[in-house]
Amino acid sequence: MIESQPTEIVTLDRLKDAVRIKWAAHARLVQIGCTKTAEDQYEINYSFDENLKFSNLRIVVNPATDRVPSISDIYWNAFFYENEVHDLFGITIEGMAIDFKGNFYRMAVKHPFAAPAGQKKS
Amino acid sequence: MSKRTIIPFGPQHPVLPEPLHLDLVVEDEIVVEAVPSIGFIHRGLEKLVEKKDFNEFVYVAERICGICSCIHGMTYCQGVEEIMNLQVPGRAKYLRTIWGEFSRIHSHLLWLGLAADAFGFESLFMHSWRIREKILDIIEETTGGRVIFGTSKVGGVRRDVTNERLKEISVLLKTYAGEIKEVTDIFLNDNSVKHRLCGVGVLSKDDALMLGAVGPMLRASGVAQDMRKLGYAAYNDIPVEPIIDQSGDCYGRCVVRIKEVFQAIDIIQRAVDKIPDGPIDMKVTGFPNGEFFARTEQPRGEVIYYIRGNGTKHLQRMRVRTPTFANLPAILKVIPGCSVADIPILLLTIDPCISCTER
Amino acid sequence: MSLFAFTKTVLGSMVSKPATRMYPFEVREAFPGTRGSIAIEIEKCIYCTLCARKCPTSAIVVNKAARSWEIDRLRCISCRACVEACPKDCLSQLTSYSPAVAIKGGKDFFHHPAPKVAAAPGAAPAQG
Repeated sequence: MIESQPTEIVTLDRLKDAVRIKWAAHARLVQIGCTKTAEDQYEINYSFDENLKFSNLRIVVNPATDRVPSISDIYWNAFFYENEVHDLFGITIEGMAIDFKGNFYRMAVKHPFAAPAGQKKS
Repeated sequence: MSKRTIIPFGPQHPVLPEPLHLDLVVEDEIVVEAVPSIGFIHRGLEKLVEKKDFNEFVYVAERICGICSCIHGMTYCQGVEEIMNLQVPGRAKYLRTIWGEFSRIHSHLLWLGLAADAFGFESLFMHSWRIREKILDIIEETTGGRVIFGTSKVGGVRRDVTNERLKEISVLLKTYAGEIKEVTDIFLNDNSVKHRLCGVGVLSKDDALMLGAVGPMLRASGVAQDMRKLGYAAYNDIPVEPIIDQSGDCYGRCVVRIKEVFQAIDIIQRAVDKIPDGPIDMKVTGFPNGEFFARTEQPRGEVIYYIRGNGTKHLQRMRVRTPTFANLPAILKVIPGCSVADIPILLLTIDPCISCTER
Repeated sequence: MSLFAFTKTVLGSMVSKPATRMYPFEVREAFPGTRGSIAIEIEKCIYCTLCARKCPTSAIVVNKAARSWEIDRLRCISCRACVEACPKDCLSQLTSYSPAVAIKGGKDFFHHPAPKVAAAPGAAPAQG
């Protein structure tokens, strides 16, 4: 084991508070990444690094009903990752510092990662 | 108040071989805001995990970027090995370390050349690349490829190098270190270089950390963070002290990279002294089931691979966050207040790799 | 000092040989381990299709019935996966790269027809 990676699952409305705690502890935002685990169920991982100690916050959302609050008013650089999550997975994120409105990546297919695996063969 | 104008920068620009577009809002000669736009070459490599099995995907991971290719492949393999709980043989770990450091030397020499090119010192650019060529020769001889090493595989490495040859390379590096020093001394001492780099784009320690900067960018601002401290591969046995600089400007980033070249040579020499004998790979059975965030230090900074397997031969999700992606927001915060003429060199000091960023 | 930091290198370059080669006349010698293009000894091939299945870019197409083996040189990434997979060691990797091509999708086609019945010793093999 290279390092332990604790993951804390938080609810959508508690997300910003949890992120503020990380900000107060001077943690660096490592990445925000999304994973499709099932139809209508997406996990978003917020990874932080606190002096080489890695930790995760995880929210589970349904893009059809949930709207994720942006954390770019806390961590300004988060808007990059949030635009990416929005473009690739079609998850609505509200209040990004710079909202590219779906033009962060120029793609032929809208929200390619939301499509079922192996649907589009080339 | 003077009039505001928007100047487009890129996507095609002489200092950037890759497409990155910035809208620079300028007042006279001073930039007040920069709005980035990337995504010109998004390839969707992450989606490929659904078609390639987890062993084949090493080849894709290695081709995410041409310069940090070796460490991309290595990080991916480490992530999969961690999920499958494989204990990679010691010799494989050492070889990965040696090749990883070689790619660091060659990447930093490449960057030094590009930086010299960006501030108009063409002969320095040629000299940097002349030495890089010798490093590439060693790489080609030991791995078979000049930039795409192709040595990583899940469970070890694909090629071995004899101990005698490693010893010779270690001696060879000592003579190269002298040549590299001759060129890097110019970067450190020449007036014209200092004139272009000192005091340009200062990023404070707090900003660097909270804007998520990584690698030389973060360390040049005085934050001692180096993922090699985690002790992956052979870095457990070969401790690495992060190289930091307090200035936080373009010159500081240049100094950090130059010192890292010599640190990398030192690491290779220590690794060659300590490398154990034994097998270089192991048999891999079964499929990964679980998740792991693999982190390593690339020449450009921390790269993170999120790997999630679901017990089949195809991974469920593979996400890469490359160092340039993390460094871009930080550079955007630095740009306001700089003059238009400084933007190319400022952008270059993060060592931008757009093909990494867009995967 | 700082004004003349580059002087030593400049003077050195004036007396030393060029670092570059006159390319078409002087070709760099490849290292023995360089991963170049893939070559096949078609006579030894048993058309097991293992190489085609291992190829990460699907550059190799093997047709067992027609006894043919073909490779798309532009798709091949010289990863050596096929050479490592070959059970008959009939695939090998050259140290030189494949020459430039003018047409996209140009394939190198190898075909080795064998007689239906094993040829008697001394019998001339059928030419294809």
